[in-house]
Amino acid sequence: MIGRTRIEPLVSAENLRRTYRSRKGLFGATTDVRAVDSVSFAVMPGETLGIVGESGSGKSTMGRLALGLETPDRGQVFYRGLPMPPPGTGEWRKLRQKMQMIYQDPLGALDRRLPVLTQIREPLDIHQPAAARANEEAAAKMLARVGLSPEQGARYPHELSGGQRQRVVLARALMTRPDFLVCDEPVSALDVSIQAQVVNLLADLQAEFGLAMLFISHDLRVVRQISNRVAVMYLGQFVEEGSADDLFAEPLHPYTRALVSAAPQARSAGKAERVVLAGEPPNPARRPAGCAFHPRCPVARPECRVTAPELRSVGPARRVACHAVEAEILSFGEVA
Amino acid sequence: MSENRASLVSLKGLTVSFDGVRVLHGVDLEVAAGEAVGLVGESGSGKSVTWLAALGLLPRKAQVSGSATLKGIELIGASPRVLDSVRGGRIAMISQDPASALNPVLRVGKQIGEALALHRGLSGQALRAEALRLLELVGIPDAPRRLDSYPHEFSGGQNQRVMIAMALAGQPELLVADEPTTALDVTIQAQILDLLREIRREMNMALVLISHDLGVISETCDRVGVMYAGRIVEQASAARLFETPQHPYTQGLLASLPPLDGPRRRMRSIPGVVPDPRHLPMGCAFAPRCDRPTSRCLQAQPMLSPLEAGHAVACFHPASAKPGMRAA
Amino acid sequence: MARFLLLRIVRALVTIVLVVTFAFVVLRLSGDPAQIILGPEAPPEAIAAFRKAWGLDDPIWLQYLNYFGAIAQGELGRSMRDGRSAIVLVTERIPLTLALTVPALILKLGIGIPAGIYAALHRGSLADRIVMALAVAGFTVPSFVLGLTLVLVFAVQLGWLPSGGQDSWRHAILPILTLGIGGAAVLARFTRSAMLEVLGQPYIRAASAKGVPWHQVIWKHALPNAAIPTVTIVGFMVGTLIAGAVVVESVFSWPGVGRLLVVAVANRDLAVVQCILLLVAATMVVSNLIVDFLYGFLDPRLRSGAETAKAET
Repeated sequence: MIGRTRIEPLVSAENLRRTYRSRKGLFGATTDVRAVDSVSFAVMPGETLGIVGESGSGKSTMGRLALGLETPDRGQVFYRGLPMPPPGTGEWRKLRQKMQMIYQDPLGALDRRLPVLTQIREPLDIHQPAAARANEEAAAKMLARVGLSPEQGARYPHELSGGQRQRVVLARALMTRPDFLVCDEPVSALDVSIQAQVVNLLADLQAEFGLAMLFISHDLRVVRQISNRVAVMYLGQFVEEGSADDLFAEPLHPYTRALVSAAPQARSAGKAERVVLAGEPPNPARRPAGCAFHPRCPVARPECRVTAPELRSVGPARRVACHAVEAEILSFGEVA
Repeated sequence: MSENRASLVSLKGLTVSFDGVRVLHGVDLEVAAGEAVGLVGESGSGKSVTWLAALGLLPRKAQVSGSATLKGIELIGASPRVLDSVRGGRIAMISQDPASALNPVLRVGKQIGEALALHRGLSGQALRAEALRLLELVGIPDAPRRLDSYPHEFSGGQNQRVMIAMALAGQPELLVADEPTTALDVTIQAQILDLLREIRREMNMALVLISHDLGVISETCDRVGVMYAGRIVEQASAARLFETPQHPYTQGLLASLPPLDGPRRRMRSIPGVVPDPRHLPMGCAFAPRCDRPTSRCLQAQPMLSPLEAGHAVACFHPASAKPGMRAA
Repeated sequence: MARFLLLRIVRALVTIVLVVTFAFVVLRLSGDPAQIILGPEAPPEAIAAFRKAWGLDDPIWLQYLNYFGAIAQGELGRSMRDGRSAIVLVTERIPLTLALTVPALILKLGIGIPAGIYAALHRGSLADRIVMALAVAGFTVPSFVLGLTLVLVFAVQLGWLPSGGQDSWRHAILPILTLGIGGAAVLARFTRSAMLEVLGQPYIRAASAKGVPWHQVIWKHALPNAAIPTVTIVGFMVGTLIAGAVVVESVFSWPGVGRLLVVAVANRDLAVVQCILLLVAATMVVSNLIVDFLYGFLDPRLRSGAETAKAET
């Protein structure tokens, strides 16, 4: 660090909690459901943090919190070290240009009554309506950059394929030159061969525009491909965090292990031993006491039922929240 | 593999058109008794339509020709009576979204019981006992109580288990599973695939697994057919297909799966988009996206022809995968 | 359940108070009942006496409070025209109206639902197109036009049936047809689209894939599901049994509740109008409650405590 200025995180969050009110039945009692609980993270400029989790893990809520689209009940999100302004304020609106969201369903994100090129230039038209000519040129350039022809730019969203639509959404998001992108399952609705195209494009654009990203997906392969660091979420909390390579090569948390081993492998060799988790996917409305994962955990210990483990650093850039892993480290020293 | 076993289902030249647009261009496929066959392909490749057509489940406006036989019984154009006894009785089907494939206003016990009454003539106590046994077989906890539950009271994974119980009710010889785990979480997907494998082994039932996920197919199936634009473009044993894929589309699919271990490198992608069935190219449908097309590919349609025993490919220029292209 | 009922009843009361208030304001601000009932030739003394007798001299807010006070005590007032109890006036007309609306409802259900199901099952066929063309015609043509056309054809031209009045069952036929045809058209369209929606659901194909014969798929799987949305519209029709024939009763000079309402409004006869409105509101509330219960009966998803606000992730 000597002689260099310390790099500040672009977006960071401390101890976020987001609770939704859920009602049982038409007129039943309400219960509070913690979608996200005690989550802290930091994304450096140009870096990608991947978030992996199943349905109900709170990963999408995380994305909206990070963008400031929702306000946490507790904790704080920071952008370039400054607290996120409350939604709707002028300051917040100004920040929208700097942070953008890419959703799973590009058709829903586009206006079906407008040609896609018009939608790509729209963000510029809003901010600098006078510069119509320049806006037009910038939009056409961006269209080409995401791999679409001018002829495709004149089409309406429903006349494009899913992959092409996602390219349009990307182009539009980049028009205001953001430095932070939240991608929520951006390729999950696409065919396998198209997924690879979009992931590659995303990686290229990230390098070119120096984007930091929060990449949310249930697909471990895609997350590993695009992320520098990865966090695994279970019932609203980070259970493990580490570099993309280490995390998947040597998962520590029993849930991460199960996820990695459950990811089907397309290979000709014999089938690998699999950890198949018993039980149902987590329901945030019925969060177990102690460690939320313990009812499905193959290595659960007595204390797991009582005390929730904390996310502890267990190696270089590696954090894990598990009593069993902690015990293992105590007896064997640092993990490799 | 299939040569040693009796043929169970045989598709020959199966063709489907909707409003004059052909979406299935003559599919030939054999499924042997007890065998697990995978059909892999992207959306619109015709993998689901193939089996809906064979079972007479397409809407009336679909025009189906060709042949689909079950141990010699022709299914295409068969009478409703024949089809109703085959469907659910000898060939059962489960689909991608279990929550919407179960009738929301009927108790699951009743829905399982319906198949038991139709295909095994059970009623009363015997029917309930068998429905209970099936629910337990597919691993639904607290089965006696759950028989009287409605589908919305189950999770997605449990609903798929109920669908499997319902499919097993008629003791079918073949189960067609259409993307059975696509709508489920990864850990639940693993449970369902394990269950399917276990049941197949126990009941000596053949399985056709339709999926876009090469991993799911490779872990479950003996033999695999790869579909593209309404045709089977490559067919081989699972081991061979993943070891030495011949068709450029198969190779591209395998290469576009990012690995979970080893070094990360840029993903190989197949350029372009899946062709519109209304505007198929003249020759090979894959030629516009292929990395080695020749003038012949642009003019003529390659037929699925055996390369060697048990490995067929529809390509004028089949080639073994280049080193390093195999997905881990 | 108790909570549910209580909530519904409170909502119903609020609705009724609003309806009654609205009627009070409109009727009181749109003309002087004394002038209207006694006629333009009436001497000023008679008008003054009439106003005093009916409390029309009081400030408007006091009239309003008095009126509500009376309703709260179950006193619905008397007709300003002949001094008879409003509730008696109204209740003696109810059977006459029901004599039209009940057969009409049976006609709506008996034609509309089967026609809708048939059209859905034979989608795109000639029969489907005929049913739908008739249905569109049936509910785009206003009931007074339909009524007058029927009168023109069956009473004036053919002379088969009387054009108005209430002397025999033959007088009821044309009004019943007028009411029934429009409702059947609405119901046919509604049933058809509900049925088509259900037939497109994956569980219908899954039932076929299970080997369930097609007629059983329709009866056991499709109809119970299609019934759920259809119940709403049928419930609405039940709610209009008492006062849904205003136009038709006027066209055919049928002395039912609807006709009484028209006359009472013309006379600014507040007590009678209020009484009918209360009755209408009460039937609507009751039919809505019935629909809610039927929903619960038909759809298990509403019966049990399914999570309504699913936590998003």
